[in-house]
Amino acid sequence: MSGLVSILADGIAYGMLLFLFSIGLSITLGLMRFINLAHGAFAMCGGYVAATLLNLYGVPFLLTLPAAAIFTALVGMAAERSVIRHVYGMPELQQVLFSIGLAFAAGAVANIIFGPQQQPMILPDWLTSRVDILGVEITGYRLFLMGFGLVAAGLLAALFNFTLFGARVRAAVDNRRAAEGIGINVGRLFAITFALGAGFAGLGGALAVGFLGLDPTFPLKYLVLVLMVVAIGGPGSIGGSFAAAIALGAIDAVFKYFVPQVGGFVIYGLLVLMMLFFPRGLAGRTA
Amino acid sequence: MARTEWHPGRVGRRTVLLGASAAAGLPLARPAIAQERKLVVGVVLPLSGTFADQGKNYEDGIKAFQKVNGTKVGNITVETVMRDDQGPASGDLSRRMTQELIQRSRAEIILGYSFTPNAMSAASLLTEAKRPAIIINAATSVITERSPYFTRISMTLPQLSASLGQWAAKSGIKTVYTIVSDYAPGLDAETWFTKAFEAGGGKVIGGARTPVSAMEYSPFLQRAIEAKPDAVFGFNPGGDVSVAFMKQTKERGLTEAGIKLLVTGDVVDDNLVPAMGDALDGVISALHYQVELQNPANQRFLSAFREVAGANAVPSYRTVQGYDGMALIYHALQASGGKTDAESIMNAIKGARLDSPRGPITIDPATRDIVQNIYIRRGQRLGSGWANIAFETIEGVKDPAK
Repeated sequence: MSGLVSILADGIAYGMLLFLFSIGLSITLGLMRFINLAHGAFAMCGGYVAATLLNLYGVPFLLTLPAAAIFTALVGMAAERSVIRHVYGMPELQQVLFSIGLAFAAGAVANIIFGPQQQPMILPDWLTSRVDILGVEITGYRLFLMGFGLVAAGLLAALFNFTLFGARVRAAVDNRRAAEGIGINVGRLFAITFALGAGFAGLGGALAVGFLGLDPTFPLKYLVLVLMVVAIGGPGSIGGSFAAAIALGAIDAVFKYFVPQVGGFVIYGLLVLMMLFFPRGLAGRTA
Repeated sequence: MARTEWHPGRVGRRTVLLGASAAAGLPLARPAIAQERKLVVGVVLPLSGTFADQGKNYEDGIKAFQKVNGTKVGNITVETVMRDDQGPASGDLSRRMTQELIQRSRAEIILGYSFTPNAMSAASLLTEAKRPAIIINAATSVITERSPYFTRISMTLPQLSASLGQWAAKSGIKTVYTIVSDYAPGLDAETWFTKAFEAGGGKVIGGARTPVSAMEYSPFLQRAIEAKPDAVFGFNPGGDVSVAFMKQTKERGLTEAGIKLLVTGDVVDDNLVPAMGDALDGVISALHYQVELQNPANQRFLSAFREVAGANAVPSYRTVQGYDGMALIYHALQASGGKTDAESIMNAIKGARLDSPRGPITIDPATRDIVQNIYIRRGQRLGSGWANIAFETIEGVKDPAK
């Protein structure tokens, strides 16, 4: 029994990582309607920033996280202002082709700069040691991910639902012309929103390295998982992505534990069922 | 319709490229003086894409060998022509590259194939063209049976996993739980570990087969811990998957539960060790090469390798396989007295004995597969990092699957 609780806790922590990892895409895809398959490239960027700072310059792990987020947000903003904003108006297929091309290019650049090998990411001891909470053993890193995920989900939900900024973004997405008509600078707003999405991608990437590793194939390797979270959660919904990610992590863990023969494939079956019966996801915006 | 019109255009361009490389290759094949001649070794490696680092390892090994031994064997000058097969998912590219090397570059011996499908796709071509080919890595047991011109200089997965099973049984480990990736090599590893371990009196009390790219091993490891075995045997495809697996065995507290971890040596490949860190502590693995081996051949190899790759570079077992591939070719040319037809080369290769950096190796004349020492290693702290240190040698291991 304690075994089940403990793997459930691990599964939820894994789900939290998926959430942090995919929330950036949920923002750009759901709120800005831009199909950003290069999301993984921004995550990879954050991962390399964190790994380089940690390994080469000995920066403490906790400081590498904001550094990764800010750096990636700036890269994201630069990319948005220079190329991506010209793609918003294009048909969806062209957005897909453009962004997947961007992901391939980013992988090739990473290969040139950092080489094809895995990047080591040695976490501090307080994150790798095991913690006992009410009889359930869990590692510090997974506990840290859980706390981090909860805080991030709360902050983002508040930002988009209860602030003027959030209201402006929603208005601009639903009716750009009207939003511009009442004096919202939509161009700048989108740049900031895109940077926010990229920043969260970078943060998710930095957190993922200790768990998933990091090499130049990263942008495409986890694309499926990230798209699953966003599709099941419903694009643009912070709460939906949160619920979807936690559910995926927990269900995956439980089925792997009880039926290891097929457990790894259950979540994909779940995705198919969701798409058949709830094509907009758990909490998709209809507008 | 548009598709069929587009295709010939592409083939046309490719033909031009082939023609250009043929023009570059042809003069090499022409004998300069009557007795002095050149022999082209066609090399097929993954030199771009995800597995480019593997290709680089073999290439360094090949270069290091020619650095030590020169390019001449008797009156034959050995030249290498490299071609890129882009790794395991490139369809029949390795077959086309092999064909190009044979037809245009007049390669008389082929050296290469890092992955099983790449070797398999070239097999019938090699048989038809009667060209000896030395497999630089591909480790599935059956490959050498697909063409009478194949010889393997690397290792087979059953060699590693059976040696580990044999060692475990005689080292007081009674029960094992297996966790292998669910694809052909994983099943091979599981089968041969189990056979050798149970032949030695041990018992496999359960196992899990995990998706090949699985990154989350907690549930599988928890089940393993609950089965209370003496040890867990693990195999997965390397790279980030193996890093994740190793880290989570540490995280889940396998050692605290009193369970040893046994893996094939490729899971804890030297280039992954920095990313694994202290997860390597006490892990037992089996591999056919070890940088720290003390023998003259290894010293010669290491000094040549450092000249090629830089003073601080660390060779992989793959580098040694590239080095030994060239050594086998040189040996065959000497033993055949300079005859380079396929039969003479194959006869010289069968039963060949070489003094390799990994210790003495022989080519089994019946199977054309390698017979070599397998080292049992333990993960230990070494200086500021971690390393696998050999503490036991199992000598003269044949591929148990044949």
